[in-house]
Amino acid sequence: MADLSALRSMNRLYYVLLALGGLVVLGGAYAVHMMEHHGHIISGMNNQIVWGMPHVFAIFLIVAASGVLNVASIGSVFGKAIYKARAPLASLLSIAMLSGGLAVLMLDLGRPDRIIVAATNYNLTSVFAWNVVLYSGMFSLVIVYLWTMMERRMNPFNKAAGLAVFVWRFVLTTGTGLIFAFLTARQAYGSALLPPMFIVLSFAWGLAVFHVVQAAIYAWNEKALDPAILQRKKNLLGVFVVGSLYMVATYHFTNMYFAHQQSFELFILRDGGIYPNLFWWGYVVLGNLVPLLLIYMPGLGKSKCVMAAALLVVLGAFALLYVFIIGGQAFPLDIFPGYEVSSSFADGQIAGYKPSIYEFLLGFGGLAIAFLITTVSVRVLNFMPQDKPYISD
Amino acid sequence: MSDINTQRRQFLKTSAGAAAIAIAPGMMLYQTAHGDTAAASSSVRWGMLIDTAQCKEGCNDCVNACNKENGLSGKTGVTDSQWIRKIEIKAVGSGHAVSLPMMCQHCEHPPCVDVCPTQASFKRADGIVLVDRHLCIGCRYCMMACPYKARSFVHETLEDQNPDVPRGKGTVEACSLCVHRIDKGQIPACAEACQNKAILFGDLNDANSEIYKKVRSVASVQIRADLRLNPGVRYQGL
Repeated sequence: MADLSALRSMNRLYYVLLALGGLVVLGGAYAVHMMEHHGHIISGMNNQIVWGMPHVFAIFLIVAASGVLNVASIGSVFGKAIYKARAPLASLLSIAMLSGGLAVLMLDLGRPDRIIVAATNYNLTSVFAWNVVLYSGMFSLVIVYLWTMMERRMNPFNKAAGLAVFVWRFVLTTGTGLIFAFLTARQAYGSALLPPMFIVLSFAWGLAVFHVVQAAIYAWNEKALDPAILQRKKNLLGVFVVGSLYMVATYHFTNMYFAHQQSFELFILRDGGIYPNLFWWGYVVLGNLVPLLLIYMPGLGKSKCVMAAALLVVLGAFALLYVFIIGGQAFPLDIFPGYEVSSSFADGQIAGYKPSIYEFLLGFGGLAIAFLITTVSVRVLNFMPQDKPYISD
Repeated sequence: MSDINTQRRQFLKTSAGAAAIAIAPGMMLYQTAHGDTAAASSSVRWGMLIDTAQCKEGCNDCVNACNKENGLSGKTGVTDSQWIRKIEIKAVGSGHAVSLPMMCQHCEHPPCVDVCPTQASFKRADGIVLVDRHLCIGCRYCMMACPYKARSFVHETLEDQNPDVPRGKGTVEACSLCVHRIDKGQIPACAEACQNKAILFGDLNDANSEIYKKVRSVASVQIRADLRLNPGVRYQGL
């Protein structure tokens, strides 16, 4: 009887989680309705900061959706058994986060009702248009990949599907980086470093999200992750965090070396108020250094420490994206190099931005979509990693 | 027998008349809606030459004319549209100060057109860069890509629009070089309004035009020429 009541309370908890997630999605839907009705005037975005908080959420979700598949690739492409056991969960998370991210991106459009135009009028030179294909292709490929894993008769195709997903997600994150890399006139963007930087960032962010979800699923099933597996996972997370910090540092160092980029770097790293604070404290310290300590410090690195590290990496991701996307637009566009400029259109001035509640509602709505897809799928299908009794590789 | 025939002819005549009356207004409206359907010619390249020496600091005549012509509110808040703006610039070393109007530069290789996912941003054969308000989904990528910050996003519901210049909430817009006036043989409102004749408008390809001769006889520059976008708007005295 005791068992049954435990089961009932788990059941109740499941529905409570669904209700909470649903509520946050509703909040997002309300924000969309309000922005649709009143226009973007009720958001904090303006003619200088044209991409705001929704884009921070959307790009995090899309980049992490690609990076989380790393777990699957290490299993399917490189044949590591403990990762292979986690490939279905990684694929599910990828689909869930891609759905959430794309929902935010699409619903933030000025005319979301015209989304079909993006499919019927295709501009071959637009990296946005390429991404429409890359995102929908990724969706389909990951679903096929899941099918080859979960349906025994499809198993023979698993390796091929895994390889296709592996290649596709590299192209996809390259596409996400190119959105910014192609903006030649903006000081913050227009760098060929951005696509590889986004790829390495995606590794860290995707693995961090994976770790948080995996820990929740193990706790839900009252299981403990094998310490040997945890050890390998946390070391991998550590390597990815170091790698992404390296890419971000390289991006800033190259900028600092170019005289014409120095004022921008000083703004982002020293003088820009909220931006340097978020960069140093949010991204570098909380998002990188503290997680590295939690992972590698002798005596730390236990399950709770790794969980905290993963959560901090996610937090750092939001800090970095805020600085990158909004800070990058806040710094004045250099239309007249060598001149001091002023106008009624904020030329030569740092652009102001205060995100409104609707932007947060929309962003969290996207997170909640990913959460709901994951929760329901984990409940109705078997995504619990099935490890073999011993680790062979 | 002949009686029946007369009736039939009468019936046919009346029917034809009724059909003509029914169709005629439609045809007329169709013509009105489509206006002159002559396509823009690629032998033309509309452009401007702006003489900054003639442009007075504090004078906003071009901006006001643009606002009036295109039905803009004229407000300059962070979410208000500004198709043309006056910029005051001062050289950091010499202190040389200049006032000039800045608007869509109607590039030959416009980044906004490259990045637009739906082909809403497009360049007409005669070099005018426009936004198709029916195709724009409001992603604002063009605003990110424009090196001149020439574009604005419509943040709220619009009222009292100029029928010649349809605009729409949730879409991006910019200087159209007063394309509706050009197609009627007139010059852009800003060029017409400038009392100091600082804005010279014309066909950069027409060897007989004043702008063609002037571009060849005076020193003028394109803003951010390093980007090699070949803007149709040139500035003199910078």
